[in-house]
Amino acid sequence: MIAYLIRRVGQAVVVVIGVMILTFILIHMEPGSVARSILGIRATTSRVAIFNATYGLDQPLYKQLWNYTDQVFHGNLGQSFYQQQQVSTLFAQALPRDIFLLGTSTVLALLIALPLGVYQAVKRNGLADNLLSGTTFTLYTMPTFFFAMLMVGLFAVQLHWLPPTAPQATSVAGMLADPRALVLPEATLTLTQIAGFSRYMRSSVIDTLAQDYLRVCRAKGLGERLVLWRHVLRNSFLPIVTILGLSIPGLVGGAIVVEDIFNYQGMGLLFYQAALRHDFPILLGATLLGGVLTVIGNLAADIAYGILDPRVRYAADK
Amino acid sequence: MQPINSTTTRFDELDAGEIHGDGRRWYALREFFGNTQARVGLAIIVLLFLFCFLGPVFYHTNQVKVDLLTKDFAPSKQHLLGTDDYGFDVIGRLMRGGQASFGLGFAVAGVTTVVGTLYGAVAGIIGGVVDAVMMRLIDTLLSIPGIVLLLIMVNIFTPTLFTVILVLSLLSWLVVARLVRGEVLSLRTRDYVLAAKTMGSGTGRIMWRHMVPNAFGVIIVNATFSIADAITALSTLSFLGLGMAAPYADWGTMLSNGLNDLFDGYWWLIYPPAILLILTIIGFSLIGDAVLDSLDVRLRRR
Repeated sequence: MIAYLIRRVGQAVVVVIGVMILTFILIHMEPGSVARSILGIRATTSRVAIFNATYGLDQPLYKQLWNYTDQVFHGNLGQSFYQQQQVSTLFAQALPRDIFLLGTSTVLALLIALPLGVYQAVKRNGLADNLLSGTTFTLYTMPTFFFAMLMVGLFAVQLHWLPPTAPQATSVAGMLADPRALVLPEATLTLTQIAGFSRYMRSSVIDTLAQDYLRVCRAKGLGERLVLWRHVLRNSFLPIVTILGLSIPGLVGGAIVVEDIFNYQGMGLLFYQAALRHDFPILLGATLLGGVLTVIGNLAADIAYGILDPRVRYAADK
Repeated sequence: MQPINSTTTRFDELDAGEIHGDGRRWYALREFFGNTQARVGLAIIVLLFLFCFLGPVFYHTNQVKVDLLTKDFAPSKQHLLGTDDYGFDVIGRLMRGGQASFGLGFAVAGVTTVVGTLYGAVAGIIGGVVDAVMMRLIDTLLSIPGIVLLLIMVNIFTPTLFTVILVLSLLSWLVVARLVRGEVLSLRTRDYVLAAKTMGSGTGRIMWRHMVPNAFGVIIVNATFSIADAITALSTLSFLGLGMAAPYADWGTMLSNGLNDLFDGYWWLIYPPAILLILTIIGFSLIGDAVLDSLDVRLRRR
């Protein structure tokens, strides 16, 4: 187990360093000068020179990469060109908001989707299942931005029930003070996630229902409800664990469309604006964070899988 | 790829590929067409295809000259679904847009499939250090969240149809490569591959005659899904303001442009492209699911 972990972490470090180098090269492939795009076309040559010297952009690319790597290993993600703030400060503000938004919507979605998936699988190919499958499938294929705009159009513009923007407070506690404004972004994310989860859950439960051990459970006299809740639900949950692990990097940019529509100041919006403004340090930092989160997510999913399912042996895995 | 030794050719032609393989392929096809999902999906796609590619033959509209005097007309007898921001007839625009959407989807799926299959097959067959290095590269690229990579790429390349196809393909070949490699690794140990090797087939021949046809199921399923994914991805990009400029139109771009007029009540600019877009994605997803069922390949969509 420990040897396995060490090997996995070793691989992860290689991947993260790879992510850093690749993004660095990619971003610097962008044509035109960064200084010009930040300072504007009317900036004087000396201003441009000062800007380049300040951020070390006048050095050769390999040296810039080295400097950046050095910085990162000292726990410094650099300073945003545009906002003149430490990237880590910006992330520290944005990330908790995403953890809150995506965390709560994912939990809500799971609470609804898991029983829904079990219900659909038990009553499969009946009228209710077909209706639900059709609905979730349509929701699943619908572009998120379209769905979100429809929600805004209906609940904010036509019915005036809910505000069309997310709360603008800087802290999570501040956002909770305005719960009405949270409803639309939360609902959009929850509903789109239900669509995905329940589809997986349905097919997973169908697989589980065909297993022999359920016959044993029924034969020893367990009620149908107990069989479903204790034995089917738990075992069908395994594939969802993997999906959950893989969705952790979604914290960086996963909710970008929803954040853009509701002006929710999270990582996605931060990244999106940085991409439009050529704000390299934020782009690099966010990608790096995304890489780290992916690696953590994969590892967490594998470990959780091993705990939940004793049949999985770490040694057998590569 | 042509073997030099003629004996090898004759023996190879007799093995699994021809007789046995054909039967299995027919079986898969029969299974596929017996599936309701598959039939519905195919029907949707065929109908949409006819609408896009045969439609303009019967329904002539001006799609070239911008006419601001007929801008944003509501549906009438003259324009059955009204006109858009440039004065183009919406039905005619939908036909044009559909051609673009399908074109984009198929182009991305094509590039993705070819590149991914080659990469995955090469990695799987050579194995060892080469395989490890090739796979770490894939891991690395997959570790960058897709939308993040997409935004960076769109910033580097000015969006034109060619670069968008390139960028979307760059993102989606990774999964194919991984799947094909996995298939190849498991196929490599099969007896018939050993048999082919004993008869003197080279690596290239084994790859094309034995590995790729047998990994075909995985490949086709992924291609179907990547058509749908590419169309959705472009629509998201154009919603974020990073899509292609005005004379170009596909359903996703039309939808995201139409949403600008959502609160003015110009429903004919929003719902028609939305419905067609969703139908397309449903169609391809149904086909993909059905192929998956008919081949009974256990793989999870990422």
